[in-house]
Amino acid sequence: MARARDTSWLAVSRTRSAWLFLAPMLVLLLLVAGWPLVRTIWLGFTDANTLQLGQAKWVGFDNFLTRLDGHWYGVLADPVWWRSVKNTLWFTVFSVSIETLLGLGIALVLHRAFPGRGLVRAAILIPWAIPTVVSARIWGWLLNDQYGFINHVLASLGLIDHPIAWTADPHLLMTSVIMVDVWKTTPFMSLLILAALQMLPKECYEAAQIDGTHPLKVFWRVTLPLIRPALMVAVIFRAIDALRVFDAIYVLTGANERSMTMSIYARQQLFEFNQAGYGSAVSTLLFFLIALATILLLLATRVRLTDD
Amino acid sequence: MKTLTLLCSLAALITAAGCKKSDDKSANNKKPAEGSGSANAAAPAGSVEVAISCGSVGKEFDVCKEGVDAWAKKTGHTANVVTSTTSSTDKLAAIQQLLGAESSDVDVFSVDVVWPGILGSFFLDLKPYSKGAENEHFPALVANGTLDGKLVAMPWFADAGLLYYRKDLLDKYKEAVPTTWAQLTATAKKIQDAERKAGNKDMQGLVFQGKAYEGLTCNALEWVVSFGGGTVVEPDGKISINNPRAVAALDLVASWPGTISPTGVLNAEEEEARTAFQSGNAVFMRNWPYAWALAQDAKSPVKDKVGVAALPKGDGEGARPAATLGGWDLAVSKFSKHPAEAADLVLYLTSAAEQKRRALTAGFYPTIPNLYADKDILGANPFFGNLADTFKSAVPRPSTATAGKYNQVSSAFWNAVHAVLAKEKPAKDSLADLATNLERIKGPKW
Repeated sequence: MARARDTSWLAVSRTRSAWLFLAPMLVLLLLVAGWPLVRTIWLGFTDANTLQLGQAKWVGFDNFLTRLDGHWYGVLADPVWWRSVKNTLWFTVFSVSIETLLGLGIALVLHRAFPGRGLVRAAILIPWAIPTVVSARIWGWLLNDQYGFINHVLASLGLIDHPIAWTADPHLLMTSVIMVDVWKTTPFMSLLILAALQMLPKECYEAAQIDGTHPLKVFWRVTLPLIRPALMVAVIFRAIDALRVFDAIYVLTGANERSMTMSIYARQQLFEFNQAGYGSAVSTLLFFLIALATILLLLATRVRLTDD
Repeated sequence: MKTLTLLCSLAALITAAGCKKSDDKSANNKKPAEGSGSANAAAPAGSVEVAISCGSVGKEFDVCKEGVDAWAKKTGHTANVVTSTTSSTDKLAAIQQLLGAESSDVDVFSVDVVWPGILGSFFLDLKPYSKGAENEHFPALVANGTLDGKLVAMPWFADAGLLYYRKDLLDKYKEAVPTTWAQLTATAKKIQDAERKAGNKDMQGLVFQGKAYEGLTCNALEWVVSFGGGTVVEPDGKISINNPRAVAALDLVASWPGTISPTGVLNAEEEEARTAFQSGNAVFMRNWPYAWALAQDAKSPVKDKVGVAALPKGDGEGARPAATLGGWDLAVSKFSKHPAEAADLVLYLTSAAEQKRRALTAGFYPTIPNLYADKDILGANPFFGNLADTFKSAVPRPSTATAGKYNQVSSAFWNAVHAVLAKEKPAKDSLADLATNLERIKGPKW
């Protein structure tokens, strides 16, 4: 009896000191993440103007959707918002898929032992290490139709007879943006996958070798199922990041509706149009959309994992 | 991370605004940080200190400071010139933060002609101080600076869209300077094709500002107004853009990219257009007056081969030549501690004498029509005479009618026009969608 009471006393005391140690962190988190979040959600229900935040009035759901004189108003009635949602989803699906496939390929190559592997591993990190604004600016110059290096190379190889306006032509805009993002974040993907590959137990491969299994079959039956949890984490990380994309696209094309993402839309409303209320409503929507996408992705991967 | 950054920057904005207010009370007498004091160190009793923020593009800052120092010497007050960024978008953001925080650090602001609608409520009515001085200026500029009967911004210098052409090429092919857009299209095509055949492969007919940004709004407003298609949003707030004249204008314009203009024009700002024209690769260019001095530079390949004319007009009913009005005004902050002295500084800087000095020393375009007939000014800038009419007929962007929503209207307009230029949508559909979109932005009222 006495021993049990001792343990529970110890447990209570440990819990208490745990909370004590966590408190500063929690307070800080509440201050820097909780308060702005709550404040933004609250602002989304007001008609606040960035110039006169003090005079905000409660307007309920008017910023989201409202009907007035037979017309719909609010974010949900704005075709530009839906276009930016579509652009963002399109960007996310294509960039993350391409990055995953390329990353997997590169990781498999780097997993092999070959001379100079350490150097190559460090080198592939370079695109990931360059600040996005800088690399987007560089790509903007490379892709320019008048003086861009890409057009120069394509033209001297005889592949094109007139320069391609990569960042001006509306049909190529999204392709160019995805290309730049793939260049930048494939290293991140391949690094995460490589880490997973290096954790794999050697026994499975030795067993497969003894059985004389075809390498492709080994990949599909052994490697892929084993790295799937890590792969899924990497995909979720990238997808969340891609849904919030702002810098690369803004630097390459500005606030052009043809490549506008949800974040660019929110920034424009908040800081160019001074609509703190409406812009906060957009930010709130963006927050919940990303949360929803994350939950869906987590659910989807869990279902598949239990199937196995 | 991005959402968080966005939220945090909003929070920072809120707290910054809060902090700023309390700061001000204790810092009333402090000099603005970046101010450069005038020579007036030992100011006589009764003199006050005012701060002015003027632009920093090219010679702007020095010319402004000379004028401000002259005023300080004359009146015995002290004046500080505060430096600002060269980008007008950043400058607007900075002014918005200062005024949103009710700061009295800066008394006088230089403001772009499209800002009075956005910032007007923060500026003093200058009418009690001006004693009718505004009547000397171009009426369009004064109307643009007037909000609900209050003169919130005084015209300081002007800008307007112009047609630049290659005199030598028009002479070579015996073509006249076009007066309609249809003539321009035909002439540009003829000269471009002939020059390309003669081996000048990079020759283009016409370059302009076609990127999805404020510059495209300026270009497109000229096309629409010159066809008699209205000013997108009329001065009374009515949305007028969805009309057959505007459709006719954009139908013609949509035929340019890929024929007389390069496809790259869809991502071109002022400098991209000027670079193409100045390197001798374009017959016509739409640009602002600043391009003239650069085209006439000693190193310019097109020196003495360039002519400047009013932009062409459209065809059909209501057609007239139209140039989008640009330029800068001076305004007094309503949080200023010394409004009378600040207003006096504004009136001094915008006076005919000071504008003449600025025209002579740095080629700034006066906002006073009489100065375009001034012998000294015409001696220094021979083609100023032709510009007076352009400024008289210049069209302001609909920034006064749309007030705080001008940026939204402009963004919707340039995106709709860009879709037409990119051949994504026919002009008819794009303008119909734009009208619906503008109604949505307008809401119950502007």
